[in-house]
Amino acid sequence: MNTTGISSWAVDLADVGAIYPFQGLELILLIIALVFWIWWHIVTFRMEFDRQDEKIRKYGNSEHITQAIENDK
Amino acid sequence: MGNNLDALTTIFTEFYYWLTVALMFLIHVGFCMYEVGASRRRNHMHTLLKNSMLIPLVTITFFFFGWWIYWAFPNGPFITGGIEWEAANANSPVSDIMGTNLSDRITGVFWAAFLLFSWTAASIVSGSVIERINSGAFWILAVLIGSGAWIIDAAWGWHYQGWMVQLLGYHDAYASGVIHAVAGGFALGVLVVLGPRLGKFAADGKPRDILPHNPWLVCIGLFLIYTGFWGFYVACNVPLISPEGIGGNITGETWTATTIYLTPTTLGAITFNFLMSLSGGMMMGYFVSRGNAFWTYSGGLAGIITASAGNDLYHPIQAMIIGGVGTYLAYKLHYWVENKFKIDDAVGAVAVHGYAGFIGLVICGFVLWGHPSSPYDGYAAINPLGNFIGAIIMFGVLGFLPGYIASKILHAFGLLRIPKEVELMGLDFGTALEEEAAAREVREAEIAMANGK
Repeated sequence: MNTTGISSWAVDLADVGAIYPFQGLELILLIIALVFWIWWHIVTFRMEFDRQDEKIRKYGNSEHITQAIENDK
Repeated sequence: MGNNLDALTTIFTEFYYWLTVALMFLIHVGFCMYEVGASRRRNHMHTLLKNSMLIPLVTITFFFFGWWIYWAFPNGPFITGGIEWEAANANSPVSDIMGTNLSDRITGVFWAAFLLFSWTAASIVSGSVIERINSGAFWILAVLIGSGAWIIDAAWGWHYQGWMVQLLGYHDAYASGVIHAVAGGFALGVLVVLGPRLGKFAADGKPRDILPHNPWLVCIGLFLIYTGFWGFYVACNVPLISPEGIGGNITGETWTATTIYLTPTTLGAITFNFLMSLSGGMMMGYFVSRGNAFWTYSGGLAGIITASAGNDLYHPIQAMIIGGVGTYLAYKLHYWVENKFKIDDAVGAVAVHGYAGFIGLVICGFVLWGHPSSPYDGYAAINPLGNFIGAIIMFGVLGFLPGYIASKILHAFGLLRIPKEVELMGLDFGTALEEEAAAREVREAEIAMANGK
């Protein structure tokens, strides 16, 4: 088993290029990363809106809002 | 690296860019301090995270497609040629040089230097929209400016074969336009749609001052941006290259540092001019704002930004004067736009980056008129019209328009702005109350234990 293509350093470094593991799977890695990126935006948007709704429900009355503004000195 | 000289040149270049990246990190630290200092207490943590999270998001997207764009689109495409597939594919996220590779030691650090510019572009926008934008919306805008708009303009006007350089003689050595004008224009486009913070304007339209909660933090943040700016400047150069390596009209065997256009300059020149334009800007900032600390520090930044387009060539006194002129105009424009159009730019980013960058490009076109924009044949020389058109492209076409359109779309889906109640109570309010309650519960439990209960 060898994931990097280098099994020994008895080589001329001038002949060595990429040495990261699983070369050839870059496209699959990219697709996974792109899906994660898009998923992250969607999920965090939802988290943000849920949190805002919760805050409005819990603290959206004039008493809390006045408290927040008055304490902000 | 066939011999020791090659090895030394390669490792020097690798280390040189690496060092610029480490220095440019300070720009982001500065932006975060400045933004948090400018926000009110009830918005601190949200403001900090909104800006900080652009770091990973712009980084990954710049890896996915931003870097590819730079190498693909110097011709427009279809203005001076097609898509540069060969160069673009070599720098795509699936290329083997975009990873650990012993035959290429430069791409990683060069990519990172560009990436730090991307963070800066997005961070400029971040400050102006504080306290009322949804973080999720801002992060989409950050990706758009950081891995899209700015890097397209870099391909066009900040690439040795960019079409704007070839046809317009566009010259912008230290990014007055390609970073600052584009980001300032983008921020303005967002602000027009986003609207001002609640309470910013009185019923009669008169603007009110929403003071930073911590002016000290704001000023130190700006100071840190100056510090990181050194890395930004140095990263704009190619540190060491031979005439043979350039392959243009330069004769002889004298190696040199060059701009991104491969036109010769020196580190000494940009050191002179960085410091003199900073000084001109600070002095003018102090004068025009009557000693306001925020505008004095911002003036230093505006001074550098105004002179940046031509700081590879200016005389230091020219850099100082240009820095002062840009700062004066940016300050005046900030308040004129605020009054006239009711634009709430919370940190003056549109002025310091956008207007100063635009003005700097226009001035550069006049002052460097006739100087070769490139070492290659067939390129237009630097000229006032070319740089003026370039300024419009940077600020308007690639800055304002994408910011405005993207914000309109986000607004249409109800994603852009936080609800009024949340804005009034502050973005941190509920969390702060809950944290306070949790801390109180722990204290009460500890007191109970101390009393043997």
